[in-house]
Amino acid sequence: MNIHVSEAEAKKRAARIGLAIADGDVHPALPKPQAIYPYLSQRWRDHMDTYGMIPRHQYQAGPAYPKGNPDASRRDSYPPEGGRPGSSLSFMRAQHLDPNNVELGILNPLAPTPGNAQNLELSAALATAMNQWQLAEWLEPEPRLKGSIMPPYEDAAASVEEINKWAGNPHFAQILLLSRTAEPLGQRRYWPIFEAAANHNLPIAIHAFGYGGNPVTSGGWPSFYIEEMCGHAQCCQALLASMVLEGVFEHFPTLKIILVEAGFAWLPALTWRLDKHWAKFKGEIPHLKRPPSEVIREHVWLTTQPMEEPDIRRHLKDTWDWIGDDRLIFATDYPHWDYDDPIEALPIRLDDEPRRKLFRENARTVYGF
Amino acid sequence: MTRHVVATIDEIKPGGRKVVTIDDREIVIFNLNGDYVGILNRCPHQGGKLCDGVVTALITSNEPGQINYARPGEIIRCPWHGWFFDLRSGQSWGEPDRIKTRNYNVAVTGGNELVEGPYQAETIEVTTDQQYLVVET
Repeated sequence: MNIHVSEAEAKKRAARIGLAIADGDVHPALPKPQAIYPYLSQRWRDHMDTYGMIPRHQYQAGPAYPKGNPDASRRDSYPPEGGRPGSSLSFMRAQHLDPNNVELGILNPLAPTPGNAQNLELSAALATAMNQWQLAEWLEPEPRLKGSIMPPYEDAAASVEEINKWAGNPHFAQILLLSRTAEPLGQRRYWPIFEAAANHNLPIAIHAFGYGGNPVTSGGWPSFYIEEMCGHAQCCQALLASMVLEGVFEHFPTLKIILVEAGFAWLPALTWRLDKHWAKFKGEIPHLKRPPSEVIREHVWLTTQPMEEPDIRRHLKDTWDWIGDDRLIFATDYPHWDYDDPIEALPIRLDDEPRRKLFRENARTVYGF
Repeated sequence: MTRHVVATIDEIKPGGRKVVTIDDREIVIFNLNGDYVGILNRCPHQGGKLCDGVVTALITSNEPGQINYARPGEIIRCPWHGWFFDLRSGQSWGEPDRIKTRNYNVAVTGGNELVEGPYQAETIEVTTDQQYLVVET
């Protein structure tokens, strides 16, 4: 494997970017599954060795849909010292943080995702372990990186306990859930998590993927990975509709949601449809006092990767304007295969101000850095 | 037109590849079972380095259930987003009319012919008894 990150090349790139940027989606990985063991008690180490983590979707050998690239990663992202892509801080600095001028990188660890564990006690133990691991191995050594509090989100009481443990620690920027939960996310069983987030003024990031136990599309289990990739839009539409229509934002008026890695071009059409129906169904959901579009406009941010790439580029700009240029946060998804490059990915030209908002200010506003 | 001597023919085995730099531009040279071809080491989509890509084949289908597996070893996938490129033409498979990476002719030339010049070979010593790969830019 060639490693193409000479120091000179990195400096040249950073100079081309100019602006110091924020990256709303960086994936650190354990070099191997057992690397989490130092953060688990012997009881759970034995359990992992004997039974493993049984995920809610029940397939034990890995994700239900094999990815487009091995380990879902760029083929040039394997650290020279070995281990999974994203598992080496020094290589992440050399390949991503330095050359791309990243001043704020938000870590979204995905494996293991404690919320995916069917065994709720294991889920809680893994949550604590993943949070400790982030702090010790990534956040304390690298101040440009901020972590995600990972709660065992199918168990709300345990989640609140975990969130309270870490809230106020300046190394953590947000609470992380994955999009495919056991039930639609606006339902009451998840409200204690929203309450804790609002109390601590922490945004909730909802990253695409996860295994709640339901098929990955609303029509059932599809045949292809490409259908899983396109299915994130429908999954995020369902969870957002659920949160708005259940009245989550009426009840927690300061709650901030960031949708990560689900695209964004679908959002305007969803709000149009929601508004159309809301006007006629006020009797069904009398607790929702405002048009859904207004609620979404106030509470929801989105990261841009993987960006839609329409043939007629101005259509993307229209979408951008409909959503609002203060709501979109640039993200690379490093080191994953569908990485968006900060120099090359943006298919439209933005003026200086919206550019600054996209690459830095919106992130600073929502994460509070 | 400048001729650049980039390697001896033994240096790139069948199925192998080598990155060379000509005028600050990285070019990847491939040996397709004795045919040598070169492409720019940069994906036109977002700039991934094509030299890290996996070489595969054209997998096409005339109808569901029927598959053609053609030209194994001649199609490379970008290591980032998986765009397919034809190593012989530089054309992408995804959008052949619009997306293409630059390709280069690589000629096999005897050292005895080269010593007459003109050519550039900063790092390779040319002798008359060897065969060389020469890229024209």
